[in-house]
Amino acid sequence: MIADKNKLIHAFGALAELSQEITMRAGFPETMRTSLHLISGTLGIMRGGIVKYSRFAHELSLVAARGLGDEFPLAMSLCEEDERQFLTNGLYPIDVDHARVLPFFQVYSSSLDKRSIRLFVPLIVHEEMVGALFLGEKATGENYTSYDKDVICAMGRHIGVAIAQRNLLEEVERRADENRKLYDELHTTYTDTVRAFAAAIDCKDKYTEGHSVRVGKYSEIIAQELGWQQEEVEGAAVAGYLHDVGKLTVDRRIINAPYRINAKESAELNKHPGVGYEILMPIHHPFTDVPLAAKYHHERLDGRGYPDGLYDKQIPYIAKIVNLADSFDAMTTDRPYRHRRQAAEVIEDLKRNSGKQFAPELVSAFLKGMYREITGESTDKRFRRLLGREYMEAESIVPTLKTALNGTAPKPITVLSLD
Amino acid sequence: MSEIDNGVLTQGLDERAVVSAGDYFNKNTGERLERECRERLAAGCRELVVDFSQTEIVNSVGVSILLGVIDSAQGSGTKVVLSGVNAPTIELFEMLGVTRHVEIN
Repeated sequence: MIADKNKLIHAFGALAELSQEITMRAGFPETMRTSLHLISGTLGIMRGGIVKYSRFAHELSLVAARGLGDEFPLAMSLCEEDERQFLTNGLYPIDVDHARVLPFFQVYSSSLDKRSIRLFVPLIVHEEMVGALFLGEKATGENYTSYDKDVICAMGRHIGVAIAQRNLLEEVERRADENRKLYDELHTTYTDTVRAFAAAIDCKDKYTEGHSVRVGKYSEIIAQELGWQQEEVEGAAVAGYLHDVGKLTVDRRIINAPYRINAKESAELNKHPGVGYEILMPIHHPFTDVPLAAKYHHERLDGRGYPDGLYDKQIPYIAKIVNLADSFDAMTTDRPYRHRRQAAEVIEDLKRNSGKQFAPELVSAFLKGMYREITGESTDKRFRRLLGREYMEAESIVPTLKTALNGTAPKPITVLSLD
Repeated sequence: MSEIDNGVLTQGLDERAVVSAGDYFNKNTGERLERECRERLAAGCRELVVDFSQTEIVNSVGVSILLGVIDSAQGSGTKVVLSGVNAPTIELFEMLGVTRHVEIN
């Protein structure tokens, strides 16, 4: 009677420790090793193992072992008959000696006998086999009693749930990984499409070849200098790539005119921001402001831009970025009616128009990025790649940049109501 | 020679090694003791004495680890002796059959 009570107390203590071990999430291999120790120490079992079952591979793989030796198989296959029988049996110990008729025990009898495995316990959770226990002889030399088997079932249920949780986690991780790959593929497709569009836009204008790509790159630089997150920087780049998409509908002769275009032609050309917006709006972009950048990239802080003559804060921020990038590229590349301007001259122009056409903080950020690159403070070669090494090494550029960056704060713009 | 490593005291006397189970023989002390015993067995020890004189409590993991040590020792023909075991622990070891495989003194 006292011995039975002691057994119960010992088993309860172990069961409590097992529950704690499984909920502690110490890591799956460690949890399995401790669980095997707990079940062995509760009943005085000399050796044993825990295996995890893969129903796809029909294979049991060893996740914890005690005293099984190096020769015990790390993985064991089950046939359909074995699996059916184990599921029918449920979570209850099978005496290996009484189950020799099953293919599994015939195939692995030598390994099981060598380590004196007495019990095989299928771990069934929600009518699915998730693993199994192999238990060797008891240290007492006695046979397993029905009390022992009940204790094994109680502990086996906990171990089975721990394996099922692990399987679930692996499945979630696998799906998350798949989704990540799919997302990456979609993202690449999107980026490639955007670049293809940019190239198509630039094809229309032989003088501004590569313009959209460069505006994308300059917009990216500005966003980086503002300290934006990678995803936002990418959004700014896409907005730059696609800002002139509306030009696809403008007559090629107007775009390529080697003279200053007349009022009628100008009116036609000035439709491209609105058209670009119409083209981009129905597309589901990962970055929401892309259509707005196309529509408002010709607006100015002083309200003298088009198509809507918006003022300062009425202009979407992304459009201000693209406007600066667009203007900078226009000034630093050859056009049909003029050569590109010298770097120092462009810097002075940006500074002069800061607060009028351009947002002052964007001009500062952009020039600061340029200054850091020229002085070697930054190892990036972003400007050099886009403008050419010679252009960036003009003697006057550093003092001009210094003056521009140390200049007085721009005057605030008075926003007029459009009502 | 004697040496204390993380609460597990060991004494190497040529072919006889004494290894202490510490005050609470659980997973932590058990794993340390198991490591020590394996080293001693690999070094050719013929008699392994596990000293329980400081041990108040032994839990299930401790029992399991001790059975593992006994199994390994038996495999290499080494005698295992448990010394200084208190009455409740003796009772536990008897109930679980540990005493069948070792000498108690």
